[in-house]
Amino acid sequence: MSRSFLAKNPSVLTFLLVLAIFTLTVTILSDAYGLAFVSTSFIKTLGKTLCLCLVALAMDLIWGYAGILSLGHMAFFALGGYGLGMWLMYARTEEIVVAALAQDVIPATAEEIRQGIATQIFGVVGASEFPAIWVFAHSFWLQIALVVLVPGGLAAVFGWLAFRSRVTGVYLSILTQAMTLALALYLFQNDSGLRGNNGLSGLQNLPGLDGVSQDRLSVWFLWGSALALGLGYVLLAWVVSGKFGSVIRAIRDDEQRVRFLGYSVEGYKLFVFTLTAVIAAIAGALYYPQAGIINPAELAPIASIYLAVWVAIGGRGRLYGAVIGAAFVSIVSSWFTGGRVPDVPLGFYTISWVDWWSVVLGLCFVLVTLFAPKGIGGLFDLVAGVRTPDRKGAALGPDDGALMEREAQE
Amino acid sequence: MSALLEVSGVSVSFDGFRAINNLSFTIGPAELRAIIGPNGAGKTTFMDIVTGKTRPDAGTVSFGEKSVSLLSLTEAEIARAGVGRKFQRPTVFEDQTVHENLIMALKAHRSPWRVLVWREAAADRDKVAALAEEVGLLDALPRKAGELSHGQKQWLEIGMLLAQEPRLLLVDEPAAGMTLAEREHTTRLLVDMARTRAVVVVEHDMDFVRRLNCKVTVLHEGAVLAEGSLDHVTKNSDVIDVYLGRG
Repeated sequence: MSRSFLAKNPSVLTFLLVLAIFTLTVTILSDAYGLAFVSTSFIKTLGKTLCLCLVALAMDLIWGYAGILSLGHMAFFALGGYGLGMWLMYARTEEIVVAALAQDVIPATAEEIRQGIATQIFGVVGASEFPAIWVFAHSFWLQIALVVLVPGGLAAVFGWLAFRSRVTGVYLSILTQAMTLALALYLFQNDSGLRGNNGLSGLQNLPGLDGVSQDRLSVWFLWGSALALGLGYVLLAWVVSGKFGSVIRAIRDDEQRVRFLGYSVEGYKLFVFTLTAVIAAIAGALYYPQAGIINPAELAPIASIYLAVWVAIGGRGRLYGAVIGAAFVSIVSSWFTGGRVPDVPLGFYTISWVDWWSVVLGLCFVLVTLFAPKGIGGLFDLVAGVRTPDRKGAALGPDDGALMEREAQE
Repeated sequence: MSALLEVSGVSVSFDGFRAINNLSFTIGPAELRAIIGPNGAGKTTFMDIVTGKTRPDAGTVSFGEKSVSLLSLTEAEIARAGVGRKFQRPTVFEDQTVHENLIMALKAHRSPWRVLVWREAAADRDKVAALAEEVGLLDALPRKAGELSHGQKQWLEIGMLLAQEPRLLLVDEPAAGMTLAEREHTTRLLVDMARTRAVVVVEHDMDFVRRLNCKVTVLHEGAVLAEGSLDHVTKNSDVIDVYLGRG
């Protein structure tokens, strides 16, 4: 049983291979590096999808493996985006301000430049001073540290309070949902220091890279996102493959029993919650420069619910399931809501997919949950011939450990 | 011989109902003890208190040579201090293999960081194999625990308890739902275990208690009614009253 990590996790190698082939193919088909077959905006969509796959991986770890249905992970994703966005916006505005002031006869002082940047960024919300939270925005490395530390810290504090009080199940879901809603409402305010509902924009322009076209940048970001997704997959496969994975799955199935084995259930939940928040934040930091804009609507509770839907449809409890779910549903989603799908005229009513897509998605979610709890990932089991033991009859009790009907009769 | 577990003057009530009433109980470091009593006598509540699931309103619970109070510890800390518990219904992790179940129970560091970097060594494999052999599950190691029969699940749980290397073992109705042969195997296991540690067995079944051949504590209405050998307590007039419902 002392086989190597890869031998125990055959999906890792397959996944990395598929990811590499995908990235290479897109690169070859891109405007900047190949046949110009795929448009730059579609490459951005693909790059963003890879980031969504990464946050879905995090969601799968916390929901599929540890059994905590967090409906707030897109808040950490957006916070990561804001974190990097602050630096992007500062540095980019600085270039513009310095260029503008260079025309003056007297060279501008550092204070004047800083003032100029503040006016440029915050003029839209009627302010001209940097709020305190922008104190590190001038430094790339400090701001990168904040991308990890702020969502990680928030998750640690929130998780500590929630798990310590033994809030579980649907109550925890509601609490995380409330957290993301509260954060969104706070950021909508103009004096929150992050430009209110305008959000941060122009994030697609990287400072110092004026000479590089968006065609090439989009491919660079695709590479970066693919790298992050690959590393994230390997990391999480390693986390869930050993005893740690055993313990968190055990917590999902019967947390009281795990306590009596001597494991601090709260400690494990907090660990997983914080780790997944940090992964979500990194995914967000890579996503928003490709989207170009971030605003508080990104923290809307619905975003986190979508995340859960992706993982459920893809198949929770298996890492590749989450990736497939996120990729499949978000690409199909953007196709249906993009207005390119022909309407269906029924005579008395015309089905417009832009309006009806959420209904279809909701229906799919319900059907998958009821009839195919393993999701799309379950198809791989069919191919491989893995079957869950047929235990005959319905479960007698609500507990997973309960005897099945037929067994009890025997 | 100093006591391993000392429960004294413990009371607990739920919404005014006194489940445990000034209960005192001691057990030595290598002793087998059976607790019997009618339904609602407080047997399960007693176990809940010792394992930290329920906090008593009054009284003390101390454990080990240093007489650590268990009342200020969490369930996980109590388990790490050396108290193992087996539930009436077999609670094993059905979605995981017998091997994984035993590995999880194996005595080792329990903090998330240590568990994350933990990798199975040859010594761990040998230990798991030895445990599986002891409970008769050696061939079932790679199988999912959910596929096991009811009796096998009971043994897997006993194996997991052994893997924890507890100093005190609380066992709730181990013979429930077992065949006669399985009961004999379980009796042997329990008697064996009690050679090196304290074992408390809560049981309804008098035949099973007789087979254990140990000191018996009779609980009634949350307090100790009688204590001694099974023959001694069954001759006690109070016990007869309680069991035959004349009290």
